[in-house]
Amino acid sequence: MTNPTPILQAKQVSKFFGGLTALDKVDFEVYPGEVVALLGDNGAGKSTLIKCVSGVYRPEHGEIFFNDQNITHHSPASIRDLGIETIYQDLALAENLDVGGNVFLGKEKKRNFLGLLRVLDDDFMRSEAAQVLERLDIHIPSLKQKLVNLSGGQRQAVAIARALYWNAKLLIMDEPTAALGVPEQRKVLALVRSLREHNIPVIIISHTMQDVLEVADRMVVMRRGRVVANLPRSQADAEILVKHIVGAAEVA
Amino acid sequence: MTTTTLPAQRRADTRSQIINILTRTWSLIFLLGLFIFFSATGPGFLTVRNISNILVSSTLVMLMSIGQTYVIITAGIDLSLGWTVGLASVVGATTMRNLANGGMEPVTAIGIGAAAGLAVSLIPGLVNGVLVAKIKVPPFIATLGMFGVIRGAAFLLTDGQNVVGNLPSTVRDSLRVVGNGSLLFYVPDGGFTWLTQPADLTTEQLRTLQKLAPYPVLIVAAVVIIFAFILGRTQFGRHTYAIGGSKDAALRAGINVDRHLLVIYVLAAFTAGIAGVLHIFRFTAGSPLAGEQALLDSVAAVVIGGTNLFGGEGRLSGSVIGALIIAVLQTGLVILAVDALWQFVVVGIIIIIAVLVNQFQAYLERQKAHD
Repeated sequence: MTNPTPILQAKQVSKFFGGLTALDKVDFEVYPGEVVALLGDNGAGKSTLIKCVSGVYRPEHGEIFFNDQNITHHSPASIRDLGIETIYQDLALAENLDVGGNVFLGKEKKRNFLGLLRVLDDDFMRSEAAQVLERLDIHIPSLKQKLVNLSGGQRQAVAIARALYWNAKLLIMDEPTAALGVPEQRKVLALVRSLREHNIPVIIISHTMQDVLEVADRMVVMRRGRVVANLPRSQADAEILVKHIVGAAEVA
Repeated sequence: MTTTTLPAQRRADTRSQIINILTRTWSLIFLLGLFIFFSATGPGFLTVRNISNILVSSTLVMLMSIGQTYVIITAGIDLSLGWTVGLASVVGATTMRNLANGGMEPVTAIGIGAAAGLAVSLIPGLVNGVLVAKIKVPPFIATLGMFGVIRGAAFLLTDGQNVVGNLPSTVRDSLRVVGNGSLLFYVPDGGFTWLTQPADLTTEQLRTLQKLAPYPVLIVAAVVIIFAFILGRTQFGRHTYAIGGSKDAALRAGINVDRHLLVIYVLAAFTAGIAGVLHIFRFTAGSPLAGEQALLDSVAAVVIGGTNLFGGEGRLSGSVIGALIIAVLQTGLVILAVDALWQFVVVGIIIIIAVLVNQFQAYLERQKAHD
């Protein structure tokens, strides 16, 4: 990656919970159009780092920049408005609504009805959702279906489509393939690749080594609150990554 | 996802579609079935007069089930609605009586009394809303608490009496024009008349007088249409479903969930308030007990109508059908001279069937998602 300016840059970020050091002077960058995998054992600090980026936590030390803007002390809402969208494992979708209803949830498109009443413009929302899904090369048989009738991978796609439609500039995905069957995992990974083609950087938190090796351009391994490895894909394989995750690499 | 379909699979699709349609429309089919059954077996059931009576008698449960539908779609429940009906009718009737006795024009007194009844219904709604939305008390507990509070308040206002009577006869006459009136009357061999009951009718003619468009039914129809429109077509309705489907999703989408829930409990109480005021018009009196028995019927109507008690699913048209099923059953069983107590048994069984159908439907949807 020769691009000089990172889109996201965390500098020397530290976060403490009481006596526990969750993050210890972490440096972390994401460059335009790259997929970065964030790896590490439970409690290594991945989620804490992500929550600092998305504004849920405020770090005690260090600073976080997004497109050269200091976002260290921004609220989650204002960080989302800037274009950092986090897709959690539970996806935060309303399964009883259709695709259009979910993409536009909270920002529904309305039209006039009989002159003075404002009603939902479902046709518009559905066709906009269809367009964004098409851009991602996703096919959902009927957009009038409620999400409860869709597969896990399709729901994941709806969550991504929602983020994209509202102009996400950086996507954070927390264990996107964890709850899915194998064919569905493939589809989600293909989605991540197509995001890269659209020049939207992605941070993936994952435990699945295979996924990471298949889709990520760079692997960042965390252990006990520190970044212990930062490897381009060409230098990473499963064995090396596992060594870093369990701490064996430091000894060797 | 493959696009080729084998004949066997297509047959299975058709079958699941039929089952799907049946689970969605069984309550309407059941209502029609009941109607045909009573029409065939109950003498005098299938008459304009009787159907008009059934519609009028369904208005109380229907009004309460409108608000209840909204609340249940958000995965809540409002147990206090029955006593809110009573409180509104007591406050409304007392106000009308006192103002009229003080020398006010009957129509003005009725207007102010009706407004007072509607206004007082907002109070329990607000309290319920604050308890549920802001203080996060489970809806069942919060509204059960209000159940007791309003019940006590309504009876305290009447000094423990079951009825607020003694309205001046001028007031009662005016109330009857709406409560017992109709937009259109029909007298066999006397023709149609608009707005007012034809004068100088013989006893025989009075007995056969038909109210083709009773005001209480028209009022409730208007309320149903407005609330169905809000639920089905507006952003407010969409957010109601979203909150019931996933509170988290609604919160992360920036919906003000607390305020929305508060408004919904107030709206529900308001529909009960309308029912309370309508009670005054129909019976020319107020009563703390005006809505007491209708509470469980209103929940039953909502559930029979296919609204999911766990939230997120439901339609107002379903609740209307549910309320009609209960009203048809009540009248039909009386006409068949079946002990009226049987209606409790029958309604109870239908509620259980409704919940089973609901679960079956959810099971089908899960199956489809895992295909």
